Amino acid sequence: MKTYIPPRFKVERDQERCIKCQVCVNQCSFSVHSYDAEVDEVFSREENCVGCHRCVIFCPTHALNICKTPLDYRENANWRPEIIEDIIRQAESGGVLLTGMGNDKPYKVYWDHLVVNASQVTNPSIDPLREPMELRTYLGRKPERVELERGGLKLKTKVAPQLTIEAPIMFSALSYGAVSLNVHESLARAASEFGTLFNTGEGGLHRKLYKYGKNTIVQVASGRYGVHSEYLDVAAAVEIKIGQGAKPGIGGHLPGEKVSAEVSATRMIPAGTDALSPAPHHDIYSIEDLSQLIYALKEATNYTKPIIVKIAAVHNSAAIASGMVRAGADIIALDGIRGSTGAAPKIIRDNVGIPIELAIAAVDTRLRQEGIRHQASLVAAGGIRCAADVVKAVALGADAVYIGTAALIALGCTVCQQCHTGKCAWGICTTDLSLTKRINPDIGTERLVNLLRGWSHEIKDMLGGMGVNALESLRGNRLHLRAVGLSEKEMEILGVRHAGD
Amino acid sequence: MKELERVNNPHGDDKVMDACGLFGIIDTSGRRFSGEAVIQAITNMHDRGNGLGGGFAAYGIYPEMADHYCIHIMYATPASKPETEVFLKRHFTIAQDEEVSTRKARGIVKPPVLWRYFVAAEPHCPEGVAQDDYVIERVMEINTQIEGAFVFSSGKDMGVFKGVGFPEDIADYFRVEEYKGYLWTAHSRFPTNTPGWWGGAHPFNILDWTVSHNGEISSYGINRRYLEGFGYHCTMQTDTEVVAYAVDLLVRRHGLPIEIAAKVFAPPFWDQIARLTDEEQELCRTLRQVYASLLLNGPFTVIIAHQGEMIGLTDRIRLRPLTAAVKGDRLYLSSEEASIRLIEPDLDRAWIPMGGEPIVGRLKVKAVEKGKIKARA
Amino acid sequence: MPEINVSTADMLSLDARGLHYKELNARLREAVAEGATDIELRNVFGQRYIGTDLDKPVNIHIYGTPGNDLGAFMDGPRIVVHGNAQDGCGNTMNEGEIVIHGHAGDILGLSARGGRIFVREDVGYRVGIHMKEYQGKRPLVVVGGTAQDFLGEYMAGGVLVVLGLTLKEGEAHRASYIGTGMHGGVIYLRGQVQPYQLGKEVGVAELGEADRGVLEEAVGQFCAHFGYDAGEILKTPFSKLFPLYLRPYGRLYAY
Repeated sequence: MKTYIPPRFKVERDQERCIKCQVCVNQCSFSVHSYDAEVDEVFSREENCVGCHRCVIFCPTHALNICKTPLDYRENANWRPEIIEDIIRQAESGGVLLTGMGNDKPYKVYWDHLVVNASQVTNPSIDPLREPMELRTYLGRKPERVELERGGLKLKTKVAPQLTIEAPIMFSALSYGAVSLNVHESLARAASEFGTLFNTGEGGLHRKLYKYGKNTIVQVASGRYGVHSEYLDVAAAVEIKIGQGAKPGIGGHLPGEKVSAEVSATRMIPAGTDALSPAPHHDIYSIEDLSQLIYALKEATNYTKPIIVKIAAVHNSAAIASGMVRAGADIIALDGIRGSTGAAPKIIRDNVGIPIELAIAAVDTRLRQEGIRHQASLVAAGGIRCAADVVKAVALGADAVYIGTAALIALGCTVCQQCHTGKCAWGICTTDLSLTKRINPDIGTERLVNLLRGWSHEIKDMLGGMGVNALESLRGNRLHLRAVGLSEKEMEILGVRHAGD
Repeated sequence: MKELERVNNPHGDDKVMDACGLFGIIDTSGRRFSGEAVIQAITNMHDRGNGLGGGFAAYGIYPEMADHYCIHIMYATPASKPETEVFLKRHFTIAQDEEVSTRKARGIVKPPVLWRYFVAAEPHCPEGVAQDDYVIERVMEINTQIEGAFVFSSGKDMGVFKGVGFPEDIADYFRVEEYKGYLWTAHSRFPTNTPGWWGGAHPFNILDWTVSHNGEISSYGINRRYLEGFGYHCTMQTDTEVVAYAVDLLVRRHGLPIEIAAKVFAPPFWDQIARLTDEEQELCRTLRQVYASLLLNGPFTVIIAHQGEMIGLTDRIRLRPLTAAVKGDRLYLSSEEASIRLIEPDLDRAWIPMGGEPIVGRLKVKAVEKGKIKARA
Repeated sequence: MPEINVSTADMLSLDARGLHYKELNARLREAVAEGATDIELRNVFGQRYIGTDLDKPVNIHIYGTPGNDLGAFMDGPRIVVHGNAQDGCGNTMNEGEIVIHGHAGDILGLSARGGRIFVREDVGYRVGIHMKEYQGKRPLVVVGGTAQDFLGEYMAGGVLVVLGLTLKEGEAHRASYIGTGMHGGVIYLRGQVQPYQLGKEVGVAELGEADRGVLEEAVGQFCAHFGYDAGEILKTPFSKLFPLYLRPYGRLYAY
């Protein structure tokens, strides 16, 4: 069938600069560029181009540029090009539109409507470069109070197992199979070098990475891939994945062609078979069932590690979170509507869930109202783009954040949203060995650690400006935030006042 | 329900910000002495305040009535007094009441009517309810419900005297030099706005705990939210109030020694903790984990007092000053050493404590045994 | 009312009791303008800014406890305190000398560009913070006792000497974050410190020939003021703390 979808990008090749070296031909995994030896010329099939910039960055003579095709439809605020093309695509295939990465629709980004305070006169800002500035964070259940032995200074209180991270930033769940082993290794080594944690996602943990177990959160999702006692034992914490911001309420599907020998061994399923993750956990149809699984995992790990429960941020997150804490979750991870994925139905990704900012505020407020905030830590995910977002998330009440997309960008991702194709030209979201080698774990580790360092410095700068030298003094301290251009209701939910007020 | 927040914080700021001068003396032998020296000392730090608040707390001043809670109330309206008295009679046994003795003083404008009541909680306090809790609840009821009435002191054998003015003028007005106590604290206030409300002056009181504070606690927002989770209502919206409730929570309700509470307010840094013994590490780590939201972050010096004890503490990177000194049985704490020297030039020792290290002055056991001072249960 | 007990053309003795700093400093300005070269202030209790805005090299002896910002922005006078000093002593001082027969508080020598400060006993937090040097100016601070945290914080120049004479046998300095952010100047420290007590920008070395000269001169002056035996003090080894980098944050930023 002839496709009615026009090319999205235009490939501009400066013929004077092009030396016909064919780097672009080799780098492009979407078969855009081809070399014709007969005429000694490089051609481009623009309709294949996804705008990932791989060829542009690697072209040794800067002969290439990729830009949007100037093709215009008649202007229509309602029938926008994306909507027209989605319909065409479905008319030609009859399928569910699949996509990758996070929601790209212009929902209000609340981070961009929140500003941060600084000290002037009545209290000094603190110099973060010279004076101590503490970002260390402990995640896990805390007792309500400290008790000492009678008449002494000896502790009676025993604190439940905690995760220790040196900055309130962890790597979000990215499953092996979706991403390559080299990506997993880069994440694991960066977490280990910096002092934070990476999250296996639901695809198991390759044995090669067991040595980074102290910096690893292992996930138990509805498919239970690669979950066995050693996997649970090697980790610092276990995360039960109920849902994910990019696709709340639905399961997943790793196509058989991505289930390579290594993936097969790690997921503990035959190579080449489809790996299906059911929409729900079929042992959790209610909150008491969640409790049953939490305690099953606590028993399985002999109460030595915190159990995280991750949900997509949805309408009743506050009430759900409260139930999760009561069900025994030590850490709650909330993934907002802008959270990313390796593959999700576009219709779900773009329309289901709520923004993470509102979810953090609502959950933190509810847990405090119920007097159980200390019983669980709160980790926010889904659209954390920079250090300021981290600071704002913590001020709203998060204990820490997960970053996924930002970490992938550090590794080379340009958010071209082709993860679901398995053809990632940057070698990130693929198991094709000719592509995965494009991520060198040594360099990947360095890039990720650099990112964490840079953000940490920036967080310290902002903390110092606010006049505090420990992150806990910002946590839930919404007086350090003000809104710009938000409605009364939005400010009420966020628990912040308007700037100037 | 009246809006105390609005009275105290008319502009509705995040909180009421102020800085100031602090002074305190405890005679650890329990010997009582006139407030004169304290007045002199705080007056010497005149320039640390701006005339918008001064106050004193004195312990051991009502020995004859030491078994009774002494409730100091300011009445801003004529109607508030009879209404409050009906309330007091319903909930307490009033052993004695009188007007707080005052005199005309320079700079004192529109003072409220000031009254003191010596009351017992029996027989009104229900079985199984601690008398202290009973008293706190009744005080909060008056302060949040009776228009024009405000309880500014509610401990036993102690009293707070405070108002709008320079401390020397407040002292003059309240005839502070006529009282004799063994422990005195004083405060000279420099608020950044003009609440012009007597209740907003310091020291802040809850039962027999008083807190005077200098600095601005940048962690106020979370300290307050945390305390609200334990049922405290931060109606004054000041750092001082937050410190007082934090002390009440940790020391009275959670039963921790004040030295441990100090480690919560001004904890050692993680790298310092890492150099302690395993047992100390666990203690410090646990305190920071559990009470993370009570770290008082930002510049502060506080002088905290209650029956038999005075504590001075600064933040962990010592952004506000505190000098301590000893002469015989007396421990002095002051924002500036000159004020101590002024009233006691010949000190045994004067020093500047390290940030975050509490300086604690306690009545000697002998003083308590001799019955000079009623020890708290 | 305080009274002036002795007053000759070049000598003023003043009882400062009860005088507000504004009045006290006005009298000092007046006396110096009239040619007083020696001033004695008795019963000083917390008056601030003494020595500020006196543009002649006058000698001021203070008996009591001068207030904050003693010698702030000072440019020439010589002040001797017979007692302790409070916070902010020598703040942004350009020239002159302050000798304190006792201890002093926080941020002594803050941003000083020149002059000398000698303290017989201990000092508080952030002493010598952001001291600088410029052309011929090189401030000197000598502390007889020990210091509290952030000693020499982001020091950019000048000489800071800490003798540790108030420490007991075997007792180490307690200060942490010594020289944190230091990018100029030098600290000579007598007594024990552990590496964790030093800022990450600080190097430790043994003293060289030139260092010995500077130190001996500084300790000599200290001993002349307070009557110690310089030879005895110099017998114990000193460590030299110096900035590892002139631009400690050169690699901090991304462009």
